[in-house]
Amino acid sequence: MATTETSPVGGRFVTPFVKLLLAIWALGSAVAVVRFTRGLGAVSAMNDGYPWGIWIALDMVVGTALGSGGFAVALLVYVLHRGRYHPLIRPAILTAALGYTAGATAIVFDVGRYWNLWRVPVAPLFSSGGRFGWNFNSGLLEVALCVMAYTAVLWVETAVPVLEGLEAGPPGRLRSLAVAVRPALERSLPVVLALGVVLPMMHQSSLGSLLLVATTKLHPLWHTPLLPLLFLLSCVGVGYAAVVIEATFSGAVFGRPLELRILRELAGVMAALAGLLVVVRLADVTLRGRLPLAFAPSLLSGFFWLELALTGAAAVLLWRRRRAGTPGALVRAAGLLAAAGALYRIDVYLTAFDPGNGWRYFPSVGEILISLAIVSVETMAFLFAVRRFPILPRARRPAGSVPARAAS
Amino acid sequence: MKLTRRQILKGGLAAAGAAAAGRAGARERRQPPPEAVGMLYDATRCIGCRACVTKCREENKLPFERSADGLYDQPVDLSGSTKNVIRLASDGTRTSFLKAQCMHCVDPACTSVCMIGALRKNPVTGIVEYDENGCVGCRYCEVACAFNVPKFTWEKAVPRIVKCELCRHRADPGKSGPLAVANPACAEVCPRAAVVYGTRAGLLAEARRRIAEEPGRYESRIYGEEDGGGTQVLYLTARGFSFQQLGLPDLGRNAVPAVSESVQHGIYYGMAAPVVLFAAALVAVHRRGGTDDQE
Repeated sequence: MATTETSPVGGRFVTPFVKLLLAIWALGSAVAVVRFTRGLGAVSAMNDGYPWGIWIALDMVVGTALGSGGFAVALLVYVLHRGRYHPLIRPAILTAALGYTAGATAIVFDVGRYWNLWRVPVAPLFSSGGRFGWNFNSGLLEVALCVMAYTAVLWVETAVPVLEGLEAGPPGRLRSLAVAVRPALERSLPVVLALGVVLPMMHQSSLGSLLLVATTKLHPLWHTPLLPLLFLLSCVGVGYAAVVIEATFSGAVFGRPLELRILRELAGVMAALAGLLVVVRLADVTLRGRLPLAFAPSLLSGFFWLELALTGAAAVLLWRRRRAGTPGALVRAAGLLAAAGALYRIDVYLTAFDPGNGWRYFPSVGEILISLAIVSVETMAFLFAVRRFPILPRARRPAGSVPARAAS
Repeated sequence: MKLTRRQILKGGLAAAGAAAAGRAGARERRQPPPEAVGMLYDATRCIGCRACVTKCREENKLPFERSADGLYDQPVDLSGSTKNVIRLASDGTRTSFLKAQCMHCVDPACTSVCMIGALRKNPVTGIVEYDENGCVGCRYCEVACAFNVPKFTWEKAVPRIVKCELCRHRADPGKSGPLAVANPACAEVCPRAAVVYGTRAGLLAEARRRIAEEPGRYESRIYGEEDGGGTQVLYLTARGFSFQQLGLPDLGRNAVPAVSESVQHGIYYGMAAPVVLFAAALVAVHRRGGTDDQE
């Protein structure tokens, strides 16, 4: 398998689009000031019935699923040795590093007592006289430790193209540093890559387990011991979908070669995953005798069928596109799968979660602005990185790849 | 070696799945500590005077929850400034009061999910205690509690979790028995012995005595003896007025965190599953040289 040639895109960073992102970031920052000085209640609609809002459900739970492309492509390339997917790996890892960092940032906004966060990774060392320590019954502890470790892993993986970029740059301290550091980094890569596959499997499944304890609050159509499996499958599917969308976007915007052949192949993998999700979900609900609930006339049964319909439609469309899909058709089908996965996760965390007692939740403007600001910074960082560092496949025309502009 | 990476991975996943399925539900039933303390609330004796609500506020230094005109202290539910509240329940024809506060579960969901032990069950008294120094404010305890007890001070820049700790700060070590470890203000001021404080064992005996003396007055079951794995705050209700009508959740016998913990530990198999997966992944990566650019 040939090495993928990558190169920086170059060009101006500050475009009108980036100016828009900067404006959103400024608005979100203003809300953030209020959040940190006046408390969570001043900016958010979260309450004692719905203590978790969109910062958790969207930024963390859906955001890291979209960022699972890094793990999902690494699984193909480094573990299953499907080297042909290699051109996708660098942008996927970068997207993952940014997605996970964005999720972690949302957590800092979300937790009330953020100044105590340092205690979580080091609790066994600083136990305050035995009062604190890791509670291995807590799925959230597992998620927190894994997400912290995996975010670090992703940045180490991202460091490779960054160091390459610096080595190719003008002579100076940065360049000498890059030359000195890169061999050591590359020696550690096998361990890093293996961690990069195991850690996401752990915490993505645990993100599903988190709601298992809410036996009286999560609707029976969603509450199942299979939550960890469903979350693991959905993160792989959503991760590949994000990779397809991102690759097509990069092809269209930056004129990079679109590896249409491998995106089509990936569509076949995604179709299988989506089909499996539908089968597991239906079998689970049926075998545990909860199918009648899906036919009860309620908003929630509607959401249940909407999830299944979106996932099923994605499976069919992706399967049909696996040989001759155009970039546009592939993106639409992948978008459908991403939407289905996102809806499933939001349903588990918010829509199908009912604490009773008349509690209601709908995100406030402040929550939405902070979410948008986090995504804006993430997007700007991606644009900056692909312009400055060798992340995207180099523009060339080997057999089988089509310049995306011409194709779309 | 004939095994491919894919087979190793699949095998690992299958083993983890089987372990999860096999172990789920295998968790043993927890018993309260022998000296566990708690409260008994007798809904048939409560007259709704709310002396307990006011005294709780005073002794726990909690601010008033004023009505719109500012004239009344009018909490409608537990909140960041209310650890104890009296609610009015109805079964359609009759009404009954319900006192709500932390149930001090024998096997609590909140302590099960708390990351580093800011919420912790005292091994001697069984009181579910909160230590804000270990709390990051993630609010998973609020998600997990089936009784919706832990509350958060949303309006504060330096927020915390607020919930009943059985007035353990009012304990008098000079005294003997339950008063040496806690002294709930609500029980102290109740004029009708509708809420009494004591050891859980003693309170169960008292509840049984009340039921035996006036079987026509009470439902024969004591809520919390078994419900949700057992609670240290126990409830009696009027005959024909169910605990669910009163507003207490129908949890069955099992502890709320039993399933989630079993699934979690089943999957991880004492960290063996992740270690095996990691080893398999490392072998797989090495097979191919591993680095990003030299595959």
